[in-house]
Amino acid sequence: MTGKLRHLLLARRGGASWHWTDVASYAYLALGVLLMFGPVAWLALSSFKTPAALLEFPPSLLPMAQSEVSVPGYPQPLPLFRVTMEDGSVRELAQVRRVGIVAQMVDPKEPAQTIRVPADRRTPVRHMALAVENYTDPLTQFDFLRFLRNSLVVTVVATVITLIINSMAAYALSVYEFRGKSVAMLGVIGTLMIPITIVLAPVYLVVTKLGFVDSLWAVILPGAATPTGVFLLRQYMLTIPRDLIEAARMDKASEWRIYARIVMPLSMPALAVLAIFSVMWRWNEFLWPLAVLTKTEVHTLPIALNAFQGELQTQWHYLLAMTVVTLLPVALVFAFLQRFITSGIANTGMK
Amino acid sequence: MAGLELRGIRKDYGSTAVLKGIDLSIADGEFVVFVGPSGCGKSTLLRVIAGLETVTAGDIRIDGAEVTRTAASDRGLAMVFQSYALYPHMTVHQNMSFALENMGIAKAEIAARVDRAARMLRLTDYLQRRPAALSGGQRQRVAIGRAIVRDPKIFLFDEPLSNLDAELRVATRKELAALHAEIGGTMIYVTHDQVEAMTLADRIVVLNGGRIEQIGTPLELYNRPANLFVAGFIGSPRMNLLPTELVRGEAAGPAATLGIRPEHVEPCQEAEADLTVRIDLVEQLGGETFLYAAAPNDIPLTIRCDGQSRLVRGDLLPVRFSRDHLHRFDAAGLACRPEPLLARSHS
Repeated sequence: MTGKLRHLLLARRGGASWHWTDVASYAYLALGVLLMFGPVAWLALSSFKTPAALLEFPPSLLPMAQSEVSVPGYPQPLPLFRVTMEDGSVRELAQVRRVGIVAQMVDPKEPAQTIRVPADRRTPVRHMALAVENYTDPLTQFDFLRFLRNSLVVTVVATVITLIINSMAAYALSVYEFRGKSVAMLGVIGTLMIPITIVLAPVYLVVTKLGFVDSLWAVILPGAATPTGVFLLRQYMLTIPRDLIEAARMDKASEWRIYARIVMPLSMPALAVLAIFSVMWRWNEFLWPLAVLTKTEVHTLPIALNAFQGELQTQWHYLLAMTVVTLLPVALVFAFLQRFITSGIANTGMK
Repeated sequence: MAGLELRGIRKDYGSTAVLKGIDLSIADGEFVVFVGPSGCGKSTLLRVIAGLETVTAGDIRIDGAEVTRTAASDRGLAMVFQSYALYPHMTVHQNMSFALENMGIAKAEIAARVDRAARMLRLTDYLQRRPAALSGGQRQRVAIGRAIVRDPKIFLFDEPLSNLDAELRVATRKELAALHAEIGGTMIYVTHDQVEAMTLADRIVVLNGGRIEQIGTPLELYNRPANLFVAGFIGSPRMNLLPTELVRGEAAGPAATLGIRPEHVEPCQEAEADLTVRIDLVEQLGGETFLYAAAPNDIPLTIRCDGQSRLVRGDLLPVRFSRDHLHRFDAAGLACRPEPLLARSHS
C-alpha cells in the first residue's frame, strides 16, 4: 500500500532524473489539488470552529480557541494572554477587563495583584479545540435527522425512478425503428436546454392540481425523466452490438427480458454515470423543493440549511457543520459507483 | 426438425431491391448452403428466414405453417451469428441456458441439455468462463452450442467461420459436417467461400444480385453450371472462359463462350493443339502445378497439371481442351444443351 502510494507520488515520465516537465506536471497537479480540495478542506476545518473563531481576523486554518483559566476571586473563567513586560520578560497573564488601549491583567498565581498592560503588548494563548457542538446541536435540537431522512428518500427513490424511466426511453430510442423516432429524439435534445426556472410556474401548477404539494412526491416525480439521462443512455446503448439483441430475439427472449437481462447489464457504465448525476442533482436541489415544500417536516437538507441563514444573522458554525454532513453521502456514493465507470464490456463476446 | 418453403420473397430497402423474387424449398434434414459474392443478398435472405427482417412481398412456410408475419422469437429457429454475439456478461453456461429459460423449461432439463451440448462441443471445462476468457474457436463452439441446446426446427448459420484463422476454419468445418451427421437437423448456411459450400452442402443455392442463379448438389453445380456466373463462381481456380472463335475446330453455332476447367486443359503436341499459350506464372504446389498463361488477345487461361512442371515464365505451350468437358454458353450467358458428356453420365 505504501509502496503504491510512493509510486503514485513520485512517478516520473521516465529516465534517471527529474525532467522539467515532471516538475511542471506536479506543480500543475498541486495547484489543481489546492483549487479543488482546498475549499473542501477549509470547510471541514472551519466546521469545527466556534462562532468567535470563525469571525476572527486574520483567519486561522486550524480550529483554535483561546485558553481560559479560573482565577480565585473572579466568578468567570478569564482569557489567557502572553504578555511582553516592559523589562522584556514574557509572562502568561489572565485578562480581567480591557479599557481602551489598556488591559487590566492578573497573574493566575498571584490573584490579589492586578497589572495594567498596554493592549498591543499581549497576544492570546491558544490551543486546538474542536467545537463538536456545531454537529451535535443541530442533530439534536433542529431535528436534522428528519431532514436527512427526507433528503435520502427523495434522492434514492428519485434516482431509482430516473434510472428505470430513462433507460426504458433510451432502449426504445436506440433499439427500435419507428415512425416519429427522430421527432422524439429532437424533443429530448430540445428539452435538454430548458432550465427548471423557465418551467417552474407551469410545473408548480401541475403539481398543485395533482395534490402533491408538501409531499416528497412533488420533488421526486417532476424531475424523474431527465432529457440528459435519456440522451446519455441512448448514446451508450447505440454502442451495444445489434447482433446481441438479435441473438436474444432468436433465443426467444421477450422485449422486457432483452431490456432487463441483456441491455441493462451491458449499460452499467452509463447507468453508473447517470446514477451519480441523479444523486448529486437530487441531493443538492434547492429551488424546486423550496417552491413546493412549505412545511418544515418535509424539508430536505438544502432547504433546512437555508434556515441557518437568517435575514439579520447567519449561524455560520451550524451552517458549515451541516454542509459537511450534507457532502458526505454524495462523496460516498461517488466512491462506490465510480468503479462501474470503466470501459464497457459489451464488445467482449464478439469475434 | 422441419422443412422450409420460400415463395416469391422480395425485399426492398427504399428503392433498392435486395431480394428480387426468391423461390426455394428446403427438405427436412437437408444441409443447404447459400453462396454468392458480397452484396448478393444471401445474408438478407437468411435474416428474412430468421424473422429479423420483414419481407416486402412473398411468403415463408416452416413445416407447411405460414410464418411470414411471425416474430423471430416465435419461429423456433436458432441462429449462429458471424460475430458469435455471445452475451458478454454471462458465463458460457448462462449463454447456453438463456434461451431455454426463456422457453420456460425446467431447471433439471436445462442442466441436462447444456451438459450434453457442452460434452458434444468439448466445452465442459469452460462452462463457468465468460466469453472474454475464451479463444476464437471456443467462442465459435459456444455460439453453436447455444443453437444446439434449443433443439430448433432449423439451424441458421451466418458466415460462422469467417472470423477463424485458416487452420481452425478447416477443423471447424469438419466438426460442423460431423455435427450435421450426428444431430441431423435442417441447416441453412451462408458463406461467400465456395470451398465451404462445396464441402458442407447437400445442396448449394448460388445467389447473385438478389436472384437465385442455380440450385443443385455441389457436383451438379461443378459439372453442369447453368450459366456463366455459376461457371465462374464455383470451382477454384475458376473456370477458363474463352470466346468460341478462338478455339480451333469449334463451330460458331449458338455458343458464344466456351468454358473449360483448369484440370481439363492438357498440354499436347503442336499438331493437336487447340491453342498455343504463353506462360505468365508457374505455381508449384508439389503434388500439382498451376500454370497461369495468356491465350491470344491476352485472355487469361489457367492450367492445372498433376505433379511438377519444368515450364518457366515466357515459355510457349500448345494446349488441347478435353472435348468431353467443354461447357458451351450462348450470347445471353446461359448454358447450351446438350451438356458435356461426363456431366450427363453423372445425372
